[in-house]
Amino acid sequence: MKIIVCIKQVPNTTEIKIDPITNTLKRDGVPSIINPDDKTAVEAALQLKEKCGATVTVITMGPMQAEKALREALAMGADEAFLISDRAFAGSDTLATSTIIAAAIKKLGADVVFCGRQAIDGDTAQVGPQISEHLGIPQITYAAAIDYNAERGSLVVKRQFEDRYQTLEVKGQCLITILSTLDKPRYMNVWDIIEQDEKEIGIITFNDIEVDPAAIGLKGSPTKVKSTATKQFDKTIETLELDPESAAKAIVDALKSRHLI
Amino acid sequence: MANYKSILFEQMIKDFAENEVKPLAQEVDEQERFPAETVEKMAKLGLMGIIVPKQYGGAGGDYRMYISAVEELSKACGTTGVVLSAHMSLCVAPILEYGTEEQKQKYLPDLASGRKIGAFGLTEPNAGTDAANQQTTAVEMDDHYLLNGSKIFITNAGYASTYIIIAITGKGPKGPEMSAFIVESAFDGFSVGKKEKKMGIRGSSTCELIFENVKVPKENLLGKRGDGFKIAMKTLDGGRIGIAAQALGIAEGALDATIAYVKSRKQFNRSISQFQNTQFVLADLATRVAAAKALVYVATDAKQNKLPTLSVNAAQAKLYSSETAMEVTTKCVQLHGGYGYTREYPVERMMRDAKITEIYEGTSEVQRMVISGALLRK
Repeated sequence: MKIIVCIKQVPNTTEIKIDPITNTLKRDGVPSIINPDDKTAVEAALQLKEKCGATVTVITMGPMQAEKALREALAMGADEAFLISDRAFAGSDTLATSTIIAAAIKKLGADVVFCGRQAIDGDTAQVGPQISEHLGIPQITYAAAIDYNAERGSLVVKRQFEDRYQTLEVKGQCLITILSTLDKPRYMNVWDIIEQDEKEIGIITFNDIEVDPAAIGLKGSPTKVKSTATKQFDKTIETLELDPESAAKAIVDALKSRHLI
Repeated sequence: MANYKSILFEQMIKDFAENEVKPLAQEVDEQERFPAETVEKMAKLGLMGIIVPKQYGGAGGDYRMYISAVEELSKACGTTGVVLSAHMSLCVAPILEYGTEEQKQKYLPDLASGRKIGAFGLTEPNAGTDAANQQTTAVEMDDHYLLNGSKIFITNAGYASTYIIIAITGKGPKGPEMSAFIVESAFDGFSVGKKEKKMGIRGSSTCELIFENVKVPKENLLGKRGDGFKIAMKTLDGGRIGIAAQALGIAEGALDATIAYVKSRKQFNRSISQFQNTQFVLADLATRVAAAKALVYVATDAKQNKLPTLSVNAAQAKLYSSETAMEVTTKCVQLHGGYGYTREYPVERMMRDAKITEIYEGTSEVQRMVISGALLRK
């Protein structure tokens, strides 16, 4: 079984600050990390590797600095890694990005594709499902657990919904998007940290994949960001002294008036 | 090209120390409990065999990675730092450097994988700084040496299965002839005696070792017969870098905890970080820590590259780092005020842990002897 895991390098949002003047994210000096859902996807793939001898290939699309994220995945135990990088890919929205990644996966060949559910910088949760549509393979989103049925050579996936779980069994090609709650990603280990130094990261450029130039980059991206704004918090505090029943009613009314319930 | 190996190793060991070691530090100290579960986790990540070549089951890493591991672990917990330092510098390293091919194949895979922990025995009740005054004897018989005597203050004792033991094997031209042996805890007649109750590094197991007619096979002689004292001194040169890194880590941990504390502690309606005394004390401590760090990594490079300056570099690193650790932790307790003296805050533990770094693997006075000896021999 060949597993391809799609990962994204994102700024560590726990350390990010907002520029008060421009209202944009201050990315300077903020360390980059593997997106948490994606790191768990690497973990899920490595667990499958241990269970059924799968090979794990990690890919990412991004600038050359994204090599560090790939090398971190190698140091966790992934077998090989590819960086999808080309000027022609710059400015891609989720649709154009998924078009490019799907073309790269087609070139590399995979039995199973793992993606994190969503990235902490964009929070769209669109790229995984879009890749599966481009590839024309089934998708299972929101995986909270993945098991391998050795007898049938199938994957048993527990999908998480708001109020329930659904268990699906899948055999053959598929794409699974994974929740960070599936498991805690393992630490990098010293053996693989040293071994990754001897591994080459394959670079996949525009010329390596079959993709319509009109469907990628800025011109292939139907999404246009009109504006971004920071939420303003109203810090006014109103104190009411009421008996419990009237207090409860006052709270409900206040929440209703703000359309929160 | 970026050196991803160092970047990734540093990221891993920092995450590991912060998430796995730090939460246990207080408990390990209070209960005087060996952090066996942490050592097991370290073994799974390859940390017990960082410097061991791949053909013996190690990771094939360099000395710098190992030293930075001791430093980062000690930032969180001085006990955990010395467990690794004693295992690697005092047992794995001498087998790597003086062992025969058979000894390496027999002992290194278990030590590198962490299935077994290593330790070293030189100190005796009457042989501390006067290390040559050994009483433990190893008498050569047909196919073995007969080991009798005892050792004290042995780090990792009880948890270790593989020990490097120094003993007298005869008379030499300038006094007793000493030799080094690889001794297994499973050998008949080997036993672990009294466990010391210590001021600091209380989770580290420090015990007496007793040898009663222990038959050590001849193939377990490490290096040549009569090379024991030389092997012990060279081994301690390496070990001192480990202890210097432990001291450095303790100082850094105390400084980090204190920086966070002075920002949140308010007196006279402002945080105490706004007082110039706090600012100047922190500036001086941070500068000392930076200087100690520079010395530790100069010595590390000397070890890695087998430079002739190693003895002096290691002595300077240990002398300066351990005295820095003592000064930094003492002043960090002071900046915490009364709270710093309680076990609610980590700095009192760090101050107790720091003290031993001025004593073991050669006291500060011994380091001064090594440094001045080299100066005056020129």
